[in-house]
Amino acid sequence: MERKDPRLLLQSAPLLHQGMTTPQAMRDVWLALLPTTLAALWFFGIGALLLLLTTVIAAVGTEWVFTPPERRKVVLGDNSAALTGLLLGLTLPPGLPLWMAFLGGVVAIGLGKTIWGGLGGNLFNPALVGRAFLLGTFPIAMTTWSPAGDPAAFFDLSASLLALPLQSPDYDAVSAATPLGLMKFQQQGTGFTRLLIGNTAGSLGETSGLLLLLGGIWLWLRRDLDWRIPAAIFASAALFSLVLFLVDGSRFPPPQATLFSGGLLLGAIYMATDPVTSPTTPRGAWIFGVGIGLLVVLIRMFGGLPEGTMYAILLMNAATPLIDRWTQPRIFGRGGRRP
Amino acid sequence: MSTPVPVQPQREPGSTRLVLAMALAGLLAGIIIIGVYEATLPTIEANRARELREAVFQVLPGVRKMQALRYDGRGLVPNPGKADDDTLYAGYDGAGRFIGYAIPAEGPGFQDTIKLLYGYLPRQRRIVGMAILDSRETPGLGDKIYKDADFVANFDDLAVDPEIVAVKKGTSTAPNQIDAITGATISSKAVVRIINRARSRWEKRLPAPGSGPAPDRME
Amino acid sequence: MSTEKDLDAYQEFIKGIWRDNPVFVQVLGMCPMLAVTNSAVNAVVMGGATLFVLVGSSFLVAAMKHLIPKQVRISLYVIIIATFVTVADYTLLALLPKVHKELGAFIPLIVANCMILGRQEAFASRHSVRYAVMDALGMSGGFLLALLALGGVREILGSGSLFNVDLFGDGFEPWVIMILPPGGFLTLGLILLFFNWFTVRRRAFLQRVAALDAEEG
Repeated sequence: MERKDPRLLLQSAPLLHQGMTTPQAMRDVWLALLPTTLAALWFFGIGALLLLLTTVIAAVGTEWVFTPPERRKVVLGDNSAALTGLLLGLTLPPGLPLWMAFLGGVVAIGLGKTIWGGLGGNLFNPALVGRAFLLGTFPIAMTTWSPAGDPAAFFDLSASLLALPLQSPDYDAVSAATPLGLMKFQQQGTGFTRLLIGNTAGSLGETSGLLLLLGGIWLWLRRDLDWRIPAAIFASAALFSLVLFLVDGSRFPPPQATLFSGGLLLGAIYMATDPVTSPTTPRGAWIFGVGIGLLVVLIRMFGGLPEGTMYAILLMNAATPLIDRWTQPRIFGRGGRRP
Repeated sequence: MSTPVPVQPQREPGSTRLVLAMALAGLLAGIIIIGVYEATLPTIEANRARELREAVFQVLPGVRKMQALRYDGRGLVPNPGKADDDTLYAGYDGAGRFIGYAIPAEGPGFQDTIKLLYGYLPRQRRIVGMAILDSRETPGLGDKIYKDADFVANFDDLAVDPEIVAVKKGTSTAPNQIDAITGATISSKAVVRIINRARSRWEKRLPAPGSGPAPDRME
Repeated sequence: MSTEKDLDAYQEFIKGIWRDNPVFVQVLGMCPMLAVTNSAVNAVVMGGATLFVLVGSSFLVAAMKHLIPKQVRISLYVIIIATFVTVADYTLLALLPKVHKELGAFIPLIVANCMILGRQEAFASRHSVRYAVMDALGMSGGFLLALLALGGVREILGSGSLFNVDLFGDGFEPWVIMILPPGGFLTLGLILLFFNWFTVRRRAFLQRVAALDAEEG
């Protein structure tokens, strides 16, 4: 999403976050996410649509409430709150009660964005703040996955989705394990083709590796995306995972499974690249991406949780100001190593 | 201070006075603390003893009396003193007949050390109850090892040969299997591991079934 | 002590409850504030123990202020506070063993609550017993109310109950994060946010009133 258009020649540095404010870039991201969103509908039915609508409405509504009336048109006009809502929705499990999803949207914008002073001021990716809050608050509901449904059941609504506010969800369908859960707790692999297509259990928008990758490539071609960050994430995660796989192939998954399972693709392409919360310098982007890749594999393989993309990105978000300071280019004509 | 100073010397109290004041305060504080300690000690010990009795009675159904025993390297002897790693409790019914042992065990859980007590019938080679004495497992997930009645009920009648294993919820078939808690597999497995370890440690120490320790010196 | 006649016992009491609230305004005693407020009962017991320690220490320090040599006053304050803390610790262990177990190390740690030592140095050692006790009651009362506010919110959301009374029935889905440390930080942050918002609004309101008065005058 970072603007690298050579025609604009924006070379003197502190011009941060220019990409997000251009409506064009926002439209590109929406378009890039369209296939993934449609895939979520295809695999998880009408419930996915309700969940995504809920998070988007909660996010936009919260932004509206916390914005002074005279600034609402400008602040809400850039669609960034809606995008945060959509991204949050795509990271949620298909059977999550709508009231929890709503709460997640409120927290994402309220705690993840407006409290920092709005767009550009936040340290952490708002969508992931919302998801982290939900995972800490409702650990069971956030890790109960339903299997990717067949299109015939498109209009079937899961009862858990409609749980009343503050009430526990009632799971009617059989729960399923995600590819990462299968690997971690049952030492079972999942076929690579299924990971590419996405008919596996998982969060709404993380299952289909192919469509996520397509959207990412399109964003890269449109120069809406700092390619260094996803490239660094993929390279470091694949390398680390390959080393572990060679050490003990029965305990650790092969690198392609690491890249295409869980939220790694979704996070690497759409969340780690958020220009507000990632480093501004090219060298910083490489450090940032490598850090995320290593942390993801570390958490997945040695941590208590099967998935680590969210925490990896949030941790590196926290390190971003530091990385930016380290990698500031030397001011031309001045002595010394750093400004 | 060899050179004369303009300030009157009597304004600065000598160090003897300071030390005296501190010592006096320390002495008074000590006396008060000892007094409170002595006054509350009986209640505190009674609380602890009652807690232990309740736990022992809970894990050994039918038990009415108990006594602490200690393994001294050769066999079990009554242990009237402080409980240590080699202490267990023998439970007896109302008529004084030996029923089984309540064995304390501890080990690492998901967050911190889990301390528990389990009831064991040596003759039937079965575990008949388990109570968590102390744990800091995650609220809402890991704390189900004592809050979830279904999980605790797993230990109400459990064979110990071969050793206990935790399986996915709803899939236990053999008498030595327990249903793990969904979402808290690590805590569930920790409980099983702690019991298995304690059991293999006590296996050779317990006297042969049938020759339960005499119910002497019981409360 | 020359200014003693300017004091008003009620004012000394009420300042700790609201205007100079040790938690929400002075932001003191954060350690017990965040650590033991996952239920209302814990909050009340912690607040009560702190109240006992602070009132007792302030009374003794104010009563003996002429006997305490200036050079070793801090050490003596700490001895006095530590004695009261130990008394509270044993008493709770005897009377409320279950709550004591949950509060764990935080009862002995009351001794390290800077609010308590701060009141001895800043107030009790310079005022008469009457005002010192009022000040201590106000400060620890404010502390207790703050703990209760936090503990209440966290228990309602985290366990669906208040003072162990069920509020939402069996179907309630607990907000696990609320009884964990992050919930303490979140709730405290939100309450501080509210306090600051209120202060700003109040100041703006007073300024408007003053401006209107000036116009009329």
